[in-house]
Parts: sequence; structure tokens; C-alpha cells
Amino acid sequence: VTLSSRNHSNMLIFLTCDFQDKQYVGFATLPNQVHRKSVKKGFDFTLMVAGESGLGKSTLVNSLFLTDLYKDRKLLNAEERINQTVEITKHTVDIEEKGVKLKLTIVDTPGFGDAVNNNECWRPITDYIDQQFEQYFRDESGLNRKNILDNRVHCCLYFIPPFGHGLRPVDVEFMKALHEKVNIIPLISKADCLTPNEVKKLKDRVRDEIERFGIKVYQFPECDSDEEEEFKQMDKELKECTPFAVIGSNTVVEARGQRVRGRLYPWGIVEVENQSHCDFVKLRNMLIRSHMHDLKDVTCDVHYENYRAHCIQEMTSKLAQDNRTDSPLPLLPLPTPDVETERLIKMKDEELKRMQEMLEKMQQQMHEKDQ
Amino acid sequence: MLKCSMAGWMPQCPFTLDQQQESKHTLHSTDCERFQDINSSWLTDQEDPPPVQPSVVADMRSGADLESCLEECMSTEMSESVPPEVRPKPAVPAKPSHVAPPSSVPFVPSPQGTGGEGQGSGRGSALLGYIGIDTIIEQMRKKTMKTGFDFNIMVVGQSGLGKSTLVNTLFKSQVSRRSTNWSRDEKIPKTVEIKSVSHVIEEGGVKMKLTVIDTPGFGDQINNENCWEPISKYINEQYEKFLKEEVNIARKKRIPDTRVHCCLYFISPTGHSLRQLDIEFMKHLSRVVNIIPVIAKSDTLTLDEKTEFKQKVRKELEACGIECYPQKEFDEDMEDKSDNDKIREAMPFAVVGSDKEYQANGKRILGRKTPWGVVEVENPNHCEFSLLRDFMIRSHLQDLKEVTHNIHYETYRAKRLNDNGGLHPISSSGQDTQESNL
Repeated sequence: VTLSSRNHSNMLIFLTCDFQDKQYVGFATLPNQVHRKSVKKGFDFTLMVAGESGLGKSTLVNSLFLTDLYKDRKLLNAEERINQTVEITKHTVDIEEKGVKLKLTIVDTPGFGDAVNNNECWRPITDYIDQQFEQYFRDESGLNRKNILDNRVHCCLYFIPPFGHGLRPVDVEFMKALHEKVNIIPLISKADCLTPNEVKKLKDRVRDEIERFGIKVYQFPECDSDEEEEFKQMDKELKECTPFAVIGSNTVVEARGQRVRGRLYPWGIVEVENQSHCDFVKLRNMLIRSHMHDLKDVTCDVHYENYRAHCIQEMTSKLAQDNRTDSPLPLLPLPTPDVETERLIKMKDEELKRMQEMLEKMQQQMHEKDQ
Repeated sequence: MLKCSMAGWMPQCPFTLDQQQESKHTLHSTDCERFQDINSSWLTDQEDPPPVQPSVVADMRSGADLESCLEECMSTEMSESVPPEVRPKPAVPAKPSHVAPPSSVPFVPSPQGTGGEGQGSGRGSALLGYIGIDTIIEQMRKKTMKTGFDFNIMVVGQSGLGKSTLVNTLFKSQVSRRSTNWSRDEKIPKTVEIKSVSHVIEEGGVKMKLTVIDTPGFGDQINNENCWEPISKYINEQYEKFLKEEVNIARKKRIPDTRVHCCLYFISPTGHSLRQLDIEFMKHLSRVVNIIPVIAKSDTLTLDEKTEFKQKVRKELEACGIECYPQKEFDEDMEDKSDNDKIREAMPFAVVGSDKEYQANGKRILGRKTPWGVVEVENPNHCEFSLLRDFMIRSHLQDLKEVTHNIHYETYRAKRLNDNGGLHPISSSGQDTQESNL
């Protein structure tokens, strides 16, 4: 039912509200109202890309969003990189399509996995994610909640090199450090150096190892039973295809009479959007066309809630230890707030204390119920 | 003169058709057929090339008076009067003859040297016919064929870069560690291990004991600090072994040579630059062993990316002062220098390995079949595998061994002897003697 027909039916309702009153209330128009408001407001999405340098992360991001986010990037040579540590860089771009605005933020992690000694090279990344959660937590507990900036990372694309025989130790450790903080989608990068057999073998191997090591990657939600058959089929195919083997390209080549994004080799042309060449289309559909909102939901409902619960628990345990109320919020490196915010925080502290007492009471009640 | 892929410059190809068929390397026969066209000399009947007349002035003028020839010879400069093109070129590329032949490696003296001697005797005293000095090359060749020789190649790189496949492709047989009872699914070892596998391969009657030394675990851990140390230790141990044998009073006629002649270092084809680990490894080991860097799995790079990457790598190696084989300082003459310069410009070679054959253009070729085409391993437009093979095996195999023996080993030896103030020889009977062999 299109927007106009809904409006039309709304009009009809007003005209015939007397005897239609009992059957039709009219809140079926809610989705449309939400839709209109969201379109006005615009969406935001934060995507993190992680993996060793040279795996085609920037190229893939450019291919996914048809932009050139990395125009002025300067690549360091090996000598300069000897003392490089893992950095976190952010690029934000506003994209608009058919009237819908998207504020896309790409968080990049240059230097990850490049050093000789990569012990805990994921630490800056986990710190960054926690910082965003912390920021949101503070904002949410603040007075002015109208314009909270949501910088939380909604999805992390992790690039697995195609040259190995499966997951390497650094891959496993990274994913285990992050799987409870962010939605991880593992990808097999530069898949054009693998034959179809090798792709299949590698995917099976990676899937096995992910299960074996207990890594919780992002799971596609189950289809509702009343979804269209086509959607269900697509969903099934998507699930069997993970991890996606992707190829990215910044160049347009001529193939089969068309201009497509691809890579030109002496032995053939690899087309990025050809489903028989790689899973790029599946990734794009999944990431943008069908599951973008679900990724945001899972981030809010699962990862952020975990973080929040963990924080509050820490606070309660800390308060139980000492009865002072200074710094009830978790100690993460953030710039010191000014005086005004300090006052606000003090007010919030008292509120929080009350909340904590309520929590304790609830816990006690649950405990008594169990017994 | 024709350039036989197996034996270098030869007047005729010495291998009979039977020998070619016996060989497991079918490419060789293709080469020979090609060369048959260049110089349509008989290929099948003769086993050895006929002795070629040395270029003495006397022979050029049939029936010339001997005395008048003598006068002429004595009065002219040695170098000028000999027309260079008449003299046959030797079987093996020229190498200076002042280097002492090592006991374990059959050594072919330079043709200039023998030619020079021939010249000299031709000049000083009239050559009364053909002496046959240049058949020494033939004699050495025969000896080599009997004794065979050994070649030790080490492959270093992260797991999954196609090291074993490349070695198998290079030697056209299953010589790598994986072809023995080792399965591909084994876990990455926690420390770098050194595993070596030896095979004897034969081609055209020449036997080669090829040892492939693999280094699983290199660069695969989270913390890869000093992961080159086990490799460095292994290389030095082989030098030590050789030194001990050499220094013996009663030493073996042919010391078994386990020294690493060549180290293929596999660079990951990121397309950006070398990784820190690559630089660290090559810094530590380029003065100890011949390193040949290759870009692994290069079918992931387009032509432009390849050229850019290679340039970047060369620049970085130069900036860090890393000298890979062939080292500039060991170029002996202009010919060497120009040959090696060409190779240095093309390094590192971007290779693709494969042990599967496909049908293309009516031929069976080694390659990788993808949905968008077949990557042909031996097609120089697709990758530089054939360049690497020709360089490593067909032209510089002997040189690799010589540089290892004459330079790397000597450096090690000098250092050891300096440190110890002289090494006491270890006699086989266990007697202690003050006499030093040094």
C-alpha cells in the first residue's frame, strides 16, 4: 500500500468515521509516520574496518559506498612504519539517495597487525569502542538528551587475508577481544587470487575455526515465517555464504560491452559486481539493503546494554566497597568535564544512587523468588 | 653456437634424443627442438661434440708455410690477430679461473683461461695441430654427470604464500615437504621450525640432489620478534659443519655440502610496501646467505600494481641497505654486470605457482583456473615465473653455489678463525696434534 493510498484511506476515514469507527482505528499508518520522520531526520551509521594493511580495506569501502573517502591518504613506507602504533582514524561523509540522507562514518585502523610484535595490537581498537559507549552512556544520563550524537560502532568488517590456510593467531585473538563489543563480520579479502575451490575450502575452514574458538560473529536474524519466499531464499543463501569472499575496485573497466567496476588482468577481467566472481553484491545487500538497521539494533540492544550493565555492576560493587560518591562512572580516559558538567554529574550521581538501591532491591527479590 | 637450456653455450646440443626422453623434464626437448632450427646441426647421433679446431692462424690458410706463420704470429699482438668468432665458446659461461675449486663442487675453468693458454702456446710455439685442451670441459661435464651435484634451497615466508607449490613448480616434481606424508591441515607451529626434505632429480643424465628447507611458523605468530633467529642459527650450523670437515686432517674426498645456497624470501602481495618483518629478516640475513625475494601469489596484482609494487620494494631495499642476490659487489666483469643489472632491474620476481595442468590453445599448461580466465604460470605476460626459473636454474645455479662457497662461507670461516685464534683440526682417529691445516 503506497503512501498516497494510505493518505487517501485516511481521508476516507475522516469522511466515514461514524460507522467505520469500530473497525478501523488508524494506527496502521504509524509506520508511514515513522518513515516520514526518519527520512527528515536522516540516518547515521558507523562502520569500522580492521585488518592488516594491504588487504584492500579502503578499496572495498570505496566500492561499497561509491565514494572516494581516501583521496588524500599518504601511505607510509616500511621504514617509517617501524615505529608506528595502531591508530584510529575517522572519515565522515554525507550521502543522499532518493531523498534519504545517510551520515556515514568509517573508522579505520591503520597499523593493525603490521608490526613485528603485534601483542595486544587490538587494545587501541577496544579502547575506542569502549570510549564511544562511555560517551553515549554519559550523554544518555545527561540533562539534554535531544541531540545525542551516536558515535557507537555499529559494525566491524574484519579482513582475513586469503593467503593463509584459515584464521591466524592474530585473527583469532582480535575477534575474541571484540566479539562482545561490536558486530563482527569477517570477510575474505582480495578473493581474486583464489580459485573457486580454494574459496570454498577457505570458507569452510574459517567457519570451522570460528566455531571451534567460540567467536561470536554477527548472526543474521531468522526470517519471520510470514516473510516473502524470495526474501527467505535470499536469507538462506546469505547465511550459507559466510564469510563473504570480496573484491574491491576503484577503477572502471570495459567488460562484455559494459562499463563495470573491476580489475583488469592479462588473463581476464574480474568484475566486482558479478556474483559468480565474488560475494561483493551479497555483502553490499546485507550490509546496506537489508541488515543495516538490524546491525544498529543489535549494537544498541545487545552490545551497548552489556556494556551498560557491566558499568553499573562495577559501580554498585565499588559503592559497596566505599561509600563515597566521587567518580561513580567507569574510569576510562576522557577529557575532564568542566564545572557545569561537574554539577550535572553530581545530580546524576544522586539519581544513580537511587537507581542502584532499586536494583539491589530487585536483585534481592529475584534471589528470594529463586529460593 | 647455440644456447642449450641445460648446458649453456655449446656447438651442438650434446643430449641424444634418448636422453631427452629419459629425462622427466619434457620442456628440455622443446628447447632442443627450437635450437635445432637455429643451427641445423645433427642432434641425435653424436654423444659428444666433435673436437673443434682451435683458432690458430696457421689453420686459416690451408697449406701455409709453417715458418712464415711463426714469423707472423710472433710479430703481432696476441689479442688482435685472433678472430674471436672462429674460436668456439665454451660449454659454461665464463668465470675467472683464479678462484680455487672447492672440493665438493665440480668447477669448470674459464674458457678465457684455457683459451689464453691455447693462445699462448699457439703464439709462442707453433701449434702442430690440435691439442685438445678444450676437451677439459667435456671431461668435467662427464665427471659432473657421474658424481652429480647438490643444491640446497631454503624457502622463507608466512604460511599460505605458496612456497611449497612454487618449489614444486620450479623443479617440476613433488619435492617440497608437503608432498611427503605431511598434510596441509597441520596447525601453525608455535616457534619457527626448520624442516628439510631431499630428493634426487635427474635430467639429461645429470643427477642433482635437491634439498628443500622449509621454515614453517615464520611470521605467523602474534609476536614475531626474532623469528629469524632459528633460521640464522641453522645457516651458521651448516657452515660450521662444513668448516669442521674441511679442517680435518683426514678429510673426505667430497665434503657433503649442506650449506644453504639460496634463500627464496616470499613477500606478501599487499601492493603497498614491504612489511617490517620482511625488512628485519632481510637485514639480518642478506650478509649470510643469498636471498632472492619473490612476490608470492602475484595473480592478485594487476600489471600497473605489479610495476608500482616492485619499484617500491626495490627502493625500500636500497634505502635499508639490503643487498639481495645477485649482489653488486660480486660482479666480476662488465658482462656479468650487465647481465646482473638486467636481472636486478626485474627483481623481485612476481610469481605464481601451480601444480595443476589445464588445456589451453591445444597445449597442456600449468596454471590456475578462475571464473574469469586461466592464469598461465609459464606465460611471461602473466607472471614472472619463467624469468625466475631461468635465472635461478638455467643461468645462475652454479653462481649461487660459488657465491655461497667463496663469499658467505669464507666470511663465516674468517670470522670463526679470528675469534678462535686458529682452529685445532679434528682428526678422524681422535689424535691431538698441534699442526694446523690453516
